[in-house]
Amino acid sequence: MATTRGNKKKSSEDLYSAPELSKLGLTQEDLLEIYSNMLLIRTLDERIWMMNRQGKAAIVASCQGHEAAQMGAVWALRTAPNAAYYPYYRDLAMVISAGVKPVETLCGFLAKEGEPFSGARQFGNQGAIPDLGLYNFSNVVSTQVTHAVGYALASKITNDQTVTITTFGDGGASQGEVHEGMNFAAIHKLPIIFFCENNKYAISVPISKQMAIEDIAIRGEGYGMPGIAVDGTDPLQVFKVMKEAVDRCLSGEGPTLIEAKVERYMPHTSDDDDTRYRDMSEVEEARKYDPLKLLKEKLMKNGILSEEQDKEFQNEAKKEVNAATEFAEEAPFPEPDDFYEHVYSEE
Amino acid sequence: MAIKSVIEAVHEAMHEEMIRDKNVIIMGEDIGARGGVFLATQGFVEEFGESRVIDTPLAEAAIAGIAIGTAIKGLRPIAEIEFADFIWPAVNQIIGEAARVRYGTKGAVGLPMVIRAPYGGGIRGGLYHSQSVEAYFAHTPGLKVVTPSNPYDTKGLLKSAIRDNDPVVFLEHKKTYRLVRGEVPDGDYTIPIGKADVKRSGTDISFISYGLMVHYCLEAAEMLQEEGYSVEVVDLRTVRPLDAETILESVKKTSKALVVYEDNKALGVGAEVAAIIAEEAFDFLDAPVTRLAGPEVPAMPFAPTLEDEFMVSAEKIVVSAKKLLEY
Amino acid sequence: MSIQIELPHVGESVTEGVIGKWLKNIGDTVEKYEPLLEVVTDKVNMEVPSPFNGKLTAILVEEGEVVPMGTPIAEMDADGVDAGEVVKEPETKEETSSEIIAPASSAGIFLKDVKPVGPTGSGEEPEIPPDLLAKLGSPEAQTTPQKTDNSNKVRYSPVVKKLAAEKNIDLSKIKGTGLGGRVTKEDVINYSPTDSAVKSTTTGQAPVIINAQEDETELKLTPLRRIIAENMVKSNEIPQAWSYHEVDVTNLVLLRKNIRQNFIQKEGVDITYLPFVIKVVADALKSNPLLNSSWGGDKIIIKNRINLGIAMAAPHGLVVPVIHNADTMSIAGLAKYLKNLIDRASENKLTLDDVQGGTFTVNNTGALGSIVSQPLVNPPQVGILTTEAIVKRVVVNKDGAMAIRDMMNVCMSFDHRVVDGAESGNFMRDVRDGLQKLGEDTIIY
Repeated sequence: MATTRGNKKKSSEDLYSAPELSKLGLTQEDLLEIYSNMLLIRTLDERIWMMNRQGKAAIVASCQGHEAAQMGAVWALRTAPNAAYYPYYRDLAMVISAGVKPVETLCGFLAKEGEPFSGARQFGNQGAIPDLGLYNFSNVVSTQVTHAVGYALASKITNDQTVTITTFGDGGASQGEVHEGMNFAAIHKLPIIFFCENNKYAISVPISKQMAIEDIAIRGEGYGMPGIAVDGTDPLQVFKVMKEAVDRCLSGEGPTLIEAKVERYMPHTSDDDDTRYRDMSEVEEARKYDPLKLLKEKLMKNGILSEEQDKEFQNEAKKEVNAATEFAEEAPFPEPDDFYEHVYSEE
Repeated sequence: MAIKSVIEAVHEAMHEEMIRDKNVIIMGEDIGARGGVFLATQGFVEEFGESRVIDTPLAEAAIAGIAIGTAIKGLRPIAEIEFADFIWPAVNQIIGEAARVRYGTKGAVGLPMVIRAPYGGGIRGGLYHSQSVEAYFAHTPGLKVVTPSNPYDTKGLLKSAIRDNDPVVFLEHKKTYRLVRGEVPDGDYTIPIGKADVKRSGTDISFISYGLMVHYCLEAAEMLQEEGYSVEVVDLRTVRPLDAETILESVKKTSKALVVYEDNKALGVGAEVAAIIAEEAFDFLDAPVTRLAGPEVPAMPFAPTLEDEFMVSAEKIVVSAKKLLEY
Repeated sequence: MSIQIELPHVGESVTEGVIGKWLKNIGDTVEKYEPLLEVVTDKVNMEVPSPFNGKLTAILVEEGEVVPMGTPIAEMDADGVDAGEVVKEPETKEETSSEIIAPASSAGIFLKDVKPVGPTGSGEEPEIPPDLLAKLGSPEAQTTPQKTDNSNKVRYSPVVKKLAAEKNIDLSKIKGTGLGGRVTKEDVINYSPTDSAVKSTTTGQAPVIINAQEDETELKLTPLRRIIAENMVKSNEIPQAWSYHEVDVTNLVLLRKNIRQNFIQKEGVDITYLPFVIKVVADALKSNPLLNSSWGGDKIIIKNRINLGIAMAAPHGLVVPVIHNADTMSIAGLAKYLKNLIDRASENKLTLDDVQGGTFTVNNTGALGSIVSQPLVNPPQVGILTTEAIVKRVVVNKDGAMAIRDMMNVCMSFDHRVVDGAESGNFMRDVRDGLQKLGEDTIIY
């Protein structure tokens, strides 16, 4: 089936050059940090799939292909005094970048005690870590969008300089509450960024069956906010448009809709068999534009990264993920002695 | 003490709490400039400003979802759904999300929010302005569901709901808004959520009820008293959590229970009350635990004759009660 | 065509009968409507007729057996009955291969040891172990629920049982004031043990069987004796009180003496004192309707008609035929009708109509010589009256002078739940006054 893979928004400037970088307010260290984190996250991502195939993780969801988009967004949000995240189940890179540790994520997918999001009451990465500003309550698609809008409303009322981001996929973008949320946010010029990670599949339903338009970004105008499509495989492209959106939030100009064009390399979750609805040649082609690969090329081209350094990053990533795996495997399952707690505030 | 109506009690409770706690905000359709279609928020936007009294677009799911978002931040939102009949899009957020947040984050996040809605029939509202919705919410752990019957209870319970750190679905029977009046103290007082109240003491039979039906139960009790029967009327006030202690204390005394509710009978709140009595007061029963409730039709019709057919009345209560009293 | 004959349903409250004499033997040819056997109910003897012409092929019940209405009692070969008309043919048992009959309660097999993988449980198709597979569709998988018969259980509510246990009360001793005679919580609370002093038996209890010793002879119970015995036990459950009045029937005696010969000549039947008594009692019941009623558990049911049962001895035992609407008949009419009843009773020819519907009973115990009797109320009635022997006595009249008068005692037992001393006194006074007023002015037609 035909896809619109070639339709990425390419910009003319080379953001990785020194002058452009400083315009963005970033340094080479920042780039190396982004790269090494991306490597760590990819290693972690592959590990959780292995855990699932071994029967140790009942269900896993991956972000392979989305890393650059999510990390670019987080880096931009770091420029705001405060940030709040309302992600969805595919935002592994986002939550790690926001401060969750790989060992915590593995405990989550293995449903072990001490997992910080929900105490293993929910799937991995589901629940909340208020200290990190992470709110990801449920698996019901896109319910987090109006939560984020409400949070941004409260931020505006209390004037506490918080920028809120809420993410969803192309699938989630069809839910009515997303539209209700965007509408409300635009009316009240709320400090919120609607971040859509468009990988062109809602489980198995392709984009052509989900919408009659090509760019979700044009919906922004329909609600009265800027809507921008961006190449989601390039972290700096994403950073740039996100930074502008953050600034608009902080200046009171209101919300932005950003659509990051990405690819999904793995099936929807470990529960899915994507050979049933797409050709693997599609995935092979997409992997040619793997953000990890592209970023490494760019960094090496600009003399920021060397092969030795890359190897070092890889070893460190493997070491950390291995240690995390060991810990998570040894960790116990939670005991049911507090099973009834936290239904109400009195318990 | 001043005599007030239920809607005045609603207004007063919210007004006092808005003054008492700056974190309290109100959102809903028509609640700002219009003051609410029942005037529940009359004067609020003028007094508290548009940042705390927010007229929303016509989008119930968003009203509930956005209220949740503000509650995460520590505000105390009161979200009004204009008629309970329109609450269904918001169920995704109220039952699907709000009820589960504290449990699903293992206590990390709680939602101190109130969702208010007028419900109930007998006002020629037809299928879509008369529905009873309490059963769906009362079935959900993580929510509290309150159904007061009179002005005094309404003010005290709404204040408690606003101060509660958990999501409270506060259902006000619209027929009681202007038609039930009673003494309501000025100033601050609260009534605990989850405590029922014996509105009338008796020894021969217990009527257990909530909302508008409490008043029909009291009327029926008067009629039965003339025939020599002594009737006890228990007003549940809260339907989640149910006050099993008060219910059982009453039935253990009278040995006969008639559970009266306006909602469709099958799987309604009264069915749970009957089950609790059957399970925990078996040895004290001298007659079958009986429910008198709305019929199994999807909703209350518009024509007066058809609406009367649907609604439980004092006369219908007397007929059912007699069967038990003479058992 | 072989058919079964069932014991037919008769009468409003008759639920069972005692099998009496078989009038036909196995192998006998019978005609349609010809009586096959006698059956005794607590109301009357009846005969069961043959439903068809044919031959009696089997007798399924024995004389003396107590059998509910509807029970098969015999079989016969019926003539001219087509196979398809009367009896449904048994269905053929061959199984059609196209029909798949689902087992009655099949919940399938639960593969509980197969691990689910994720919410859609995706992964490999689980295999059903062959031993489990064999179970699907096997007869063991079918269960047919047993139907329990609760029709005869006595029900006490939970609180009644609890209170009775706490107070150590035998619930069978308490009379219920609730719906249908139910023992209520209040009944138990208000119960005091002295209530039960008079009645210590309960209905429905199995009789205690005692066998004769060496120097004793056993008399087998006839069906009628069995029924009378049960009735007397039922009567014992009614709380009864009793009183009697003396009645001066001197004028009545004179009246009868004067009209008797003429009456016999004209009517062909004798006129005893009983028709006069019946007339007076019927009138007294009209003025005292509470005596013409029955206890309804939570109410008293006053009968609008006055149907007087007259106790009389029949060859096999006591029978009580009823004079319906006795208040509408004249004394002469009552005399004639009474004779008719007595004759038929002595020939065992009373019908079910004759013995049903009585609202009050009169018993002329005086015929046997007694001057005082204590009768037992005939349930579900509320009162029974006896007339004792007429005896000449010396009495002192209201002027203080002595006279010799014909005196007859009239005794009554009554259901004290319904009737108090005052009402019974009024009634008895009306009876006495009515009888004392009879004399030469009385119109008997």
